[in-house]
Amino acid sequence: MPINYYIVLALCLFTIGVVGVLTRRNAIVVFMSVELMLNSVNLLLVAFSKMHHAAKAATMASAGADGQIFVFFVMAVAAAEVSVGLAIIVMLYRNIHTVDINFLNRLKH
Amino acid sequence: MKLYLLFIVLLPFLGVLINGLLRNQLSKGLIGRIGSGVVIGSFILSILAFMEVRAGGSGVYKYFDFVNIGNLKIPFAFQIDQLSALFLLIVTGVGAVIHVYSTAYMHDENQDHFGRYFSYLNLFIFSMLMLVLADNLLVMYIGWEGVGICSYLLIGYWFKNTEFNKAASKAFIMNRIGDFAFLIAIFIIGGKIGSLSFSEIMTPAALAKLSYGEISAVALLLFFGATGKSAQIPLYTWLPDAMAGPTPVSALIHAATMVTAGVYMVARMNLMYSMVPEVLNVVAVVGLATALLAATIALKQNDIKKVLAYSTVSQLGFMFLALGSGAYIAAVFHVMTHAFFKALLFLGSGSVIHGLGGEQDIRKMGGLGKYMKTTDITFLIGCLAIAGFPLFSGFFSKDEILAAAWAHSPILWGIALFTALLTAIYMFRLYATTFKGRFRGTTEQESHLHESPKAITIPLIILAILSVIGGFVGIPAIMAEGAHGLQNFLSPVFAGSAPLLPAHEVSHSTEWILMGAATLVALIGIFYAWGKYAKNPDLEDARGFGKVLENKWYMDELYDTVVVTPYKKFGSFLKDVFDAKVVDGIVNGVGRLVKYGGRQMRWIQSGQIGSYVLLMVLSMLVIFVVQFFIRK
Repeated sequence: MPINYYIVLALCLFTIGVVGVLTRRNAIVVFMSVELMLNSVNLLLVAFSKMHHAAKAATMASAGADGQIFVFFVMAVAAAEVSVGLAIIVMLYRNIHTVDINFLNRLKH
Repeated sequence: MKLYLLFIVLLPFLGVLINGLLRNQLSKGLIGRIGSGVVIGSFILSILAFMEVRAGGSGVYKYFDFVNIGNLKIPFAFQIDQLSALFLLIVTGVGAVIHVYSTAYMHDENQDHFGRYFSYLNLFIFSMLMLVLADNLLVMYIGWEGVGICSYLLIGYWFKNTEFNKAASKAFIMNRIGDFAFLIAIFIIGGKIGSLSFSEIMTPAALAKLSYGEISAVALLLFFGATGKSAQIPLYTWLPDAMAGPTPVSALIHAATMVTAGVYMVARMNLMYSMVPEVLNVVAVVGLATALLAATIALKQNDIKKVLAYSTVSQLGFMFLALGSGAYIAAVFHVMTHAFFKALLFLGSGSVIHGLGGEQDIRKMGGLGKYMKTTDITFLIGCLAIAGFPLFSGFFSKDEILAAAWAHSPILWGIALFTALLTAIYMFRLYATTFKGRFRGTTEQESHLHESPKAITIPLIILAILSVIGGFVGIPAIMAEGAHGLQNFLSPVFAGSAPLLPAHEVSHSTEWILMGAATLVALIGIFYAWGKYAKNPDLEDARGFGKVLENKWYMDELYDTVVVTPYKKFGSFLKDVFDAKVVDGIVNGVGRLVKYGGRQMRWIQSGQIGSYVLLMVLSMLVIFVVQFFIRK
């Protein structure tokens, strides 16, 4: 499959993520949208990794491996971020009984 | 010698400290004795120093490094040579006499002010001694400014009178204008030659480092400084106003010593001035113009001290005429004789004022000779001396100046002779209206008329004797060859400049004729004034041209319109417009800008996460657009 398909798909996912972050007010949905953006980037990374591997496999066995390693990093960081973020949301809910981000404009309870 | 000089200077300063700090503790008698005593002590040491100089003991004595920054080394050093030794004697001698006189003249002041007066007077002597003993321009400048501030303090001594304060400020400000030029000249000399010591800069080799134009500029700037201190055109108007101070102050500062500082300075720098004849011509013309202008004004003044003040300005003009003609010794000679007879005249006028209980208007005097014999006779001697009556001191010095002016240019001589005529007229107008005729004051004043106490008359007698015999140190060569003691004494100081000046040999017969003309003119002036004023002094108000003279050629008004008023306008423009609009505008504008900017940027920090994210996305988009489309 040509690389363009992956790029368009990743772009679509990323745009959906961005629009989700911008438009939704529910903190959890915003969070999900952020995850969507991260995963679209992951998709691009593996796609390019595969493409580079195919182009240079003859001369260099490890060609394109760095992209995949990056994906693991992103996934690890995303997991950590989710755990922290969800914890914050839980605390938020306990304090103000809502997860609507428009109520989060005071930076204090 | 090193210690002599130090003590000559420090003794008056000791007087300042004692009289200034303990003026409430000490009795008036003690303050007077200490104030006079330190100056007499300085005078005695000055005589010793003078004797050593006569025996060939000139030298420079360094006390410590005053300024030592990088290449610039300015020592605090005193220089004693024939010129400074002579000035030492004049300053401390006349100073001592006037201090003694002050103890009686100021006796009605209360104790606090009496101490203040004497500490100022001592401080003045201290500064003046620094000025004449200075080995370099910086130390001289300290003295130069010191005498200026003392002059200010003493003119404004009666500080409760607003007019007197204004006169003091006027004197100080006009002096400062001149001092500024003096300071610039010091900077130029220090920058170009790298030294300020007279012994190092007043050599042909050092002056060769300056171009002709630079020497002229320095000489002119220094001369402008001298016009401020020595009351020459254009900065002379402060001196008549300075008569607001006590009379002994006028005698000491504004007649005998401080105002001659400019003459001293030019004489000290004679080598440099001799190198630039054009500047010397400027000096001569300015001096002569001042002499003539002040003499005409003095003709119609009615305040006894104002007449003497204008006469001082006029005589200072004569001194500068002598300097400008290259006759430095004649100028110094006239400084000396003038110090005697003008101090005498001022102290005499002080005695009159004292006797009349503060009256200064000569229209309300007259016939005082009957009541004040000593004052009358000594004042007459002073008048004869200043008018140039033969064999009085002023005769010799003025004659020498006239001879030098003749050698320089007969036109200068003619105007100077005319000024000498005016001098004789206004002095004898003053004398006749004051001491002859009938008394024109109130009967109450007449009943109180009395001769002044001994502390006043004895200084008068001393100065009168000096005014008579003071001229004999400078007997001209035509009378007795080689008898000009002052010339023989001072010539080493001016040895360097003698070859630079054009040689003027006036034949003996010409010189006799010049002397005869000067004598004749003096006698004409004396008899004219005597005939006109002795019997019926002009009491009516001046009319026509006399009115112009009485109003001092409207010089004060002219300065007021040309300088003071525009300056004040400029000041109020700066205050009302520039400061209020521009400066305040900038300051307030900065504040308003920050406030406005803050208000405009406030929406960014809304606290709404959504808007932050939106901004972030938009910014990223902008960055991408820039990356893709513009950077390539």
